[in-house]
Amino acid sequence: MNTALRHVWIAVVALFILVFGALSYIQFFAAKDLNSNPLNTRQLYKNFDLARGPILVDGKPVAESVASHDQFDYQRTYADPKLYSHLTGFYSLTYGANMLEGVMDDELTGQSDSQFYKRMVNLLTGQADEGASVELTIDPKLQKTAYDLIPDGQQGTIIVSEPKTGNILAMVSKPSYDTNLLAVHSGTKAAANMAELLKTPGLSPNVNPAIGHLIPPGSSFKILDLVAGLESGKYNLNDEYDNPESMLLPGTKTPLPNFVEGICSNKPRAKLAFIVAQSCNTPFVAMSQAVGQDALRDVTERFGFGQPLAIPLRVTPSEFPTDMNAAELGLASIGQFNVKATPLQMNMVAMGIANDGVIMKPNLIKQVTAPDLSVLSQPKPEEFSTATTKEVADDVTELMRGPLDGGTAYQADIPGLDIAAKTGTAQIGKTGKVNSWITGFAPADDPQVAVTIVIEKTDYETGHNLTSPNLKKILEAVFNK
Amino acid sequence: MSEIQTAPVPRRNTELVLLVLALIVAVGANYLVSLSNPDGLDEGFITQGAVLAGMALVMHIVLRIWTKYADPIILPCVVALNGIGIAMIHRLDLVNDDNAATRQLLWTGVAMGAAIITLWAVRDHRILRRAPYIFLAISALLLILPLVPGLGRVINGARIWIFIGPLSFQPGELAKICLALFFAGYLSTHRDLILLAGRKIGPLQLPRAKDLGPMVIAWLVSIGVLVMQSDLGSSILFFGLFMVMIYVATGRISWIVIGLVMVAVAGVFASQVMSHVALRLNSWLNAFDPDVYDQRYGGSRQIVQGLFGLSSGGLFGTGIGNGRPDLVPLANSDMIITALGEELGLIGLVAIILLFVILISRGIRAGLGSRDSFGKLLAAGLSFTIGLQCFVVMGGVTLMIPLTGLTTPFMSAGGSSLLSNWIIVALLLLVSHNARRPAVTGPLNERDMAAAGPDISARAKEREEDQTRRRGKAPASRTTPTNGKGDPA
Repeated sequence: MNTALRHVWIAVVALFILVFGALSYIQFFAAKDLNSNPLNTRQLYKNFDLARGPILVDGKPVAESVASHDQFDYQRTYADPKLYSHLTGFYSLTYGANMLEGVMDDELTGQSDSQFYKRMVNLLTGQADEGASVELTIDPKLQKTAYDLIPDGQQGTIIVSEPKTGNILAMVSKPSYDTNLLAVHSGTKAAANMAELLKTPGLSPNVNPAIGHLIPPGSSFKILDLVAGLESGKYNLNDEYDNPESMLLPGTKTPLPNFVEGICSNKPRAKLAFIVAQSCNTPFVAMSQAVGQDALRDVTERFGFGQPLAIPLRVTPSEFPTDMNAAELGLASIGQFNVKATPLQMNMVAMGIANDGVIMKPNLIKQVTAPDLSVLSQPKPEEFSTATTKEVADDVTELMRGPLDGGTAYQADIPGLDIAAKTGTAQIGKTGKVNSWITGFAPADDPQVAVTIVIEKTDYETGHNLTSPNLKKILEAVFNK
Repeated sequence: MSEIQTAPVPRRNTELVLLVLALIVAVGANYLVSLSNPDGLDEGFITQGAVLAGMALVMHIVLRIWTKYADPIILPCVVALNGIGIAMIHRLDLVNDDNAATRQLLWTGVAMGAAIITLWAVRDHRILRRAPYIFLAISALLLILPLVPGLGRVINGARIWIFIGPLSFQPGELAKICLALFFAGYLSTHRDLILLAGRKIGPLQLPRAKDLGPMVIAWLVSIGVLVMQSDLGSSILFFGLFMVMIYVATGRISWIVIGLVMVAVAGVFASQVMSHVALRLNSWLNAFDPDVYDQRYGGSRQIVQGLFGLSSGGLFGTGIGNGRPDLVPLANSDMIITALGEELGLIGLVAIILLFVILISRGIRAGLGSRDSFGKLLAAGLSFTIGLQCFVVMGGVTLMIPLTGLTTPFMSAGGSSLLSNWIIVALLLLVSHNARRPAVTGPLNERDMAAAGPDISARAKEREEDQTRRRGKAPASRTTPTNGKGDPA
C-alpha cells in the first residue's frame, strides 16, 4: 500500500507542477500580451484611480475629477454639462472617453510626451502621476449666449471663432446632454442613461454636430462660387450678368428657379452685388458652368473641403463631389446635390474671407498646464491654408455686405457695425424641411469674429428666424451693442 | 505492506514555533490590508488576529493533551492558509463594502471548534472504521438534502445549498468526508476479497460483483446526485476520491486506466447532453472570443478577468491593497487564487501553493506511517482530495482545464468548505498521531484492542503475504535486516 501511497504523492506533486507551469506562463511569459489584450480594462480602471487633470474654461473647470468613495478613487464630474458636452465629451468606464476627454487623454492622465520627465521623477519618488489641466479658448459668456439662442428641441449649431488666430470662442450644438449621466461608475446605470439619451432625436453622444454633421450648405456655398468666379477673371464687381427668373439645368429639362419669394426677378440682368444680396440662383449655375468643376473643387479644397483637420477634435472632412455632369455641377454650385459641409467648414470659409484669404487653423486649446503650474504647451496661431488672394477676399467681403443691406440677412443688421454674411437654405429632399445657414464675420474691414449658425431639419420660416436674428444677437453680445 | 517507523518524538514545541510564524504571516497580511484602507486604519485585523491566534492556540493545547504525537507541520500550514485567506477576503471587503471577512472569521472559529471536537471525540481514528455503512447513509442523506423542496435552493445554476433560516450550507462538503470514511472502512476490510477473489480476464483481475457492488453503488449514487444538482466540481472531486482509494487499496494501475476511460466517456456524454457543461467547455476553449466573453450565461468573463488579474500581478505582484482583484467576479471565493496572484505576484502565490503541497505531503506521510490500512486509505483519500481540489481550482483559473465552481481549501470565503476542511485536518492529525506514537509493546489494553478490531488479523495476514512475495522474488533479502528505513516494494 505504501508504494501506491507514494505514487499518489507523486501524482499530486505532478499536478501542482503543472499549476506552477501554468502560473509562470500567465504571470511571466504571457503577462505582456494579456495586459495589452483589448478585453483588459485594467489600464482604464487604473486611470480611474488617478487624479485626472481638469478641462478649464476661463480658469474654471468644466470637467474635473473629484475624490470618490466607491470602487474608484475619483469621479469625473462636469459643470454646465449641457453647455460643453459636445466639446468635453465624457469619461466613462462603460463607454470609454470621447471628444476632448479622448483626444487629450495623454495630457489629462499625465502620460503625454511633455510629461515624460515628471513621470520618471514620480517613478523614483513613488508619487502618483497627476494629469495636466487643459484650458480651452472658449469664452463662457459667449458659449452660454449661443447655447440659449437655439431653442430646446431644435437641432442646431453655433460657432464663433477669431479669424485672425483660429481660436474658437464658442461652439454649441443642440440637442445636448448631461455628460455626468455617462460618467457614472456603475455600468448598469451608465447603460440605462445611454439608452435614455439615445431616445432624443438627433442626439448622438459620440458626434459633435459642429464638426461631425455633414449638411448641404445651400446658398452659403455661393461664397466659394464667387471666389472661383473672381479668380477666373471671368467675373468682376462692375459688370452685369444674366439673372433669368428660372433656367433649365444644363443638359436636362429640370427647371431651376430663383428664390420664389425674393426680389431676384426684378432684374433680368444684375451686378454681383444684387445677385449675392438677394441670393439669386441662376447666375451661379451659369458661373459654375463658366469656371468648371475642377476650378471650383480646387477652391473648396483650399478652404478645407476633403482635408483632414484636428482642432484637436477630429473634424469630419466636408465633401465636394467628383465627376459631376453639368446639371449636377449646377446644383452643387448652390450647395445642393452631394455637397456636404460641417458647420465648422462653413465657419472656416468665413474666416478665410475675413482674414484676407488666409485661414487660421481652428483651435480649441489655449494652454496645457502641469500640476506644478509649468506650461506644457500653448498652441500658437497656425495657418491652415492660403485659400485665396487678398484682392478676391476683399471683393467677396464687399459682396457679403449686400445681404445685410436689404438682402437676405437684413434681420442681422446692427447699426454702426459693419457685417459681412451669407445666408443659405438647403432643401432636404422632398420633405419640405430645410437646413438653414448663415455664415459671416464682423467688423467687415477689421474682422474680430466669424460666426456660423446652422439650424437643421426645420421649416423655412423657423430656420430663417433662427439664423439672421441670432447672428445679430451674437454680434451684439460680442461687441456689447 | 511495509512499515515506516518514526522516532516517537511529540515535537509539539516545533509546532508552537511554526504556529507563531504562521500567525505572524496571517496577522501581518491582515494588518497590511487594514493599512491600505482609504478611510484610515481598519481595526478589524485585531479581532481577526485575536480569534485566529486564540483558536490556533486552543487547538495546539488540545493536540498537546490528546494527540501529542500528531504531525507538527500540518496545523501551522493550515493556520497560515486560513489567515491569508481571511486577509484577502477582508481586503476585498474594503472595496466591495461587504463584511465577508467577519463571516469567514466566524466560520473559522466554528470550523476550528469542530476540528477540536473531532480530535477530542475520536482520539483514535480506528473507531471510525467500525461502521462504514453509517457513513454511507449519512453521506447519501447529506447529498440528497439540497434536493428537498423548501430546504435547497439553486445558486449560480447549482442546487447544492440548503437554507435553514438565515444560515446557508453546502452539505456536499461534509458528504465528501463521510464518503471517504466509508470508502476507507469498506476497502480496508474488503481489499483482500477484491484483490484475490474473482475471475481473471486477460491481464485484468475482475473482482466479484458482491465485493465491489457497494462501492460502485455508493459512487453511482453520489455522482448521480451531483449531476442532478449540476455540481460539476464536486463530481470530479468525488470521482477522484473514489479512484485514488481504490488504487491505494489494490495497487493496480489498471483501475486508474479504467477510471480515466470512464471520465472521458462521462465527459463527452456530459458535454453533449448537459447544456451547462457544454457552456463551460465553450468558455474554456474560446475564452478570448468577445462573443463568449460577453455571453450572459456561462460566459468567459470571470476566467478572462482572472487571467488579467494574474498577469497584471506579474512576478512580484502589485502589493496588498494596490491591485484591482475586485474586478474579477467571485474574487473572494472561487477566484481567490487570482486575487492572491495579482497582489502577491507569482512568487507569493507559489509560496502559498507550496503550503498546500507541504500540507498534502504531510497528510500522505501520515498515511505512509500509519500502522493500519484504514488509516492509510483515509489519509491518502483526504490528502488527495485537498490536492485534487486545489488542482481543479488552480487549473481552472489558469485555463489548463475548464473552470468549475470549487472553493480553494481554507482560503475561499465559504463556511461549509472551511468546516469540512478543518475536520479533514483533524482526521489527518489523528492518523499522524497514530502513525508517530510509540508502537504499543506488551499486552494491548481493551480500548486499543477494540479499536484495532479485525485489522490486527488483516495486518498479520498481510505481513505473511509480503514475506511470501519477498521470499519468492529475492531470497537474499531475508538475511538483510529490515530496519524500517526503506520501503523495499
